[in-house]
Amino acid sequence: MADIQTNSAASTVRRPRSKPIRWGLIGNHAILITGSLFMLLPVLLAFFTSTHTDVTIHKEGVQFFFGSEGGSNYHDAMFKKGGFSQNVDGARMMVNSLILGLGFAVGKIIISMMAAYAIVYFRFRFGTFAFWIIFTTLLLPLEVRILPSYEVVQSLGMLNTYSGLIIPLIASATGTFFFRQFFRSVPEELLEAARIDGAGPFKFFVDILFPLSQTMIAAIFIIMFVFGWNQYLWPTLMTTDESMFTLVRGVKQIMQAWVGGGNDIPEYSGAMALAILAMAPPIAIVIFFQNWFVKGLTESDK
Amino acid sequence: MKKVQFSRPLFPYLLLVPQLSIIMIFFYWPAAEAIRASFYLEDPFGFGSTFVGLDNYRDTLSGSEYGRVAWFTLIFTTLVAFFSLAIALLLAVKADTVLRGARSYRVALMWVYAIAPPVAGLMAILLFDQRLGPFTHMAQFFGWDFTLGVNYWDTATAMVIVSVWKQIPINFIFFLAGLQSIPRSVREAALIDNPNGLSRFFSVTFPLLAPTGFFLLIINITYALFDTFGVVDLIHKGEPGNNPVTLVYKVFLDGFRGGDLGGSSAQSVILMVLVLILTVVQFRFMERRVHYN
Repeated sequence: MADIQTNSAASTVRRPRSKPIRWGLIGNHAILITGSLFMLLPVLLAFFTSTHTDVTIHKEGVQFFFGSEGGSNYHDAMFKKGGFSQNVDGARMMVNSLILGLGFAVGKIIISMMAAYAIVYFRFRFGTFAFWIIFTTLLLPLEVRILPSYEVVQSLGMLNTYSGLIIPLIASATGTFFFRQFFRSVPEELLEAARIDGAGPFKFFVDILFPLSQTMIAAIFIIMFVFGWNQYLWPTLMTTDESMFTLVRGVKQIMQAWVGGGNDIPEYSGAMALAILAMAPPIAIVIFFQNWFVKGLTESDK
Repeated sequence: MKKVQFSRPLFPYLLLVPQLSIIMIFFYWPAAEAIRASFYLEDPFGFGSTFVGLDNYRDTLSGSEYGRVAWFTLIFTTLVAFFSLAIALLLAVKADTVLRGARSYRVALMWVYAIAPPVAGLMAILLFDQRLGPFTHMAQFFGWDFTLGVNYWDTATAMVIVSVWKQIPINFIFFLAGLQSIPRSVREAALIDNPNGLSRFFSVTFPLLAPTGFFLLIINITYALFDTFGVVDLIHKGEPGNNPVTLVYKVFLDGFRGGDLGGSSAQSVILMVLVLILTVVQFRFMERRVHYN
């Protein structure tokens, strides 16, 4: 199929005057629309299904149109107390997700900017050594050292705390690497000029480097927020207290209730409503700040 | 490094203290602990541990279960990397060609990046449900009796589809950025030299995209190995027993459910070595790319 399209696309280029039906162009759009639908449909179906009653879904299967129960289903998902302890609701989990996402993004940016500033702009004794210590962490994701990490956090008494949730996730050098690359691309003349004017390291950072970095900070903030919000394995291990659950971590609880529910009709609509709630904020951020987001992604890895 | 630098006796160390202390406590300590524990046999009731040398590794590697999981992980990783890269490349090439609606297509193809893998897994449980799911109905229409969570390969199929779906956006973004960085003059020259679109793609565009493609291949392998944990955890619906799991999931199962600390740590260390090899390959390649540019 691709062969035919590209052939005709080329021939239209050669004869731009004549205006045949441009099959190549139609083919391109057909492929792109198919791709877009493939990405969109699962979420759309989940969303439609979340606006029906459980009984309807149980009888008729996944729904393809809007239902009438959307308002009450989402209200329940947000505010109906549930879970084993009957004191956790969607709103509580959303707050926890926000704390994790924001805390992770802000903490990571501050800590990695400081480290990158030291590594790029200072000449000091263990500079290279510090660089290697930090960048070795890029090699091993949290998943491969999950059990000992859990034990360390446990022995520090940080289970079921926000700091235990956030800080171990910060222990990788992605942000530092990103800022290092960016600082190195900042022209050296700026530092020379600042030094001639008598600016110290603190003044140089606040007055020159920080204003220059703002776009980069925004870009990395978006990526890190989404990354933090979407954490699953670490929160699953770390939080046993339901009032500490994030939305993404709550998904597992929903699945277990669903499978182990016995003879009751499973809460399909509640599950799908929670899934939509768990994905809506990061999706909104990615779409709204798409330019920063794409810039941050593609420029951090060079 | 910069040619002009500050030199202050204390300030740079102060800047490094937060990062270094977090890394020491939450990275090096656990990593060292994993390596240590992989040489010990932990008493399940917590009464000390005995040094057993390489026994944990031997037990792990000789177990038929581990071989089975490793094979599945290999197949899974290959399929996920191949399909998500191929589909994303096709879409990126098309999105780069069209003028009208290019921006809308870009958004439509990338927003799924923001969905967490376990959330995608939860949706999949419904969409692939044996009785209610549209995918199952479609499979039945073609005579395929699809049973998620019961049939090993059916569950594996669902895992691959969901993981590919989740990974297309990031590949698409990078391929599109790579395509757009190919200079206009090169494209025009290629267009004059070679009117056949497909052969032009393979002789000009594809080699120019190769660095992006290689970088993405490593990213995709890492993704399939580690980040699919949430998908795997949700899709087998709490019954990993007779369903496919990946190597990372087995580390978690043996360590947290099975209580086999030594075995789980040995598996961790094996994975660490695997990631190290991948990263070295990546760095070497990136170095070469820098040289030739």
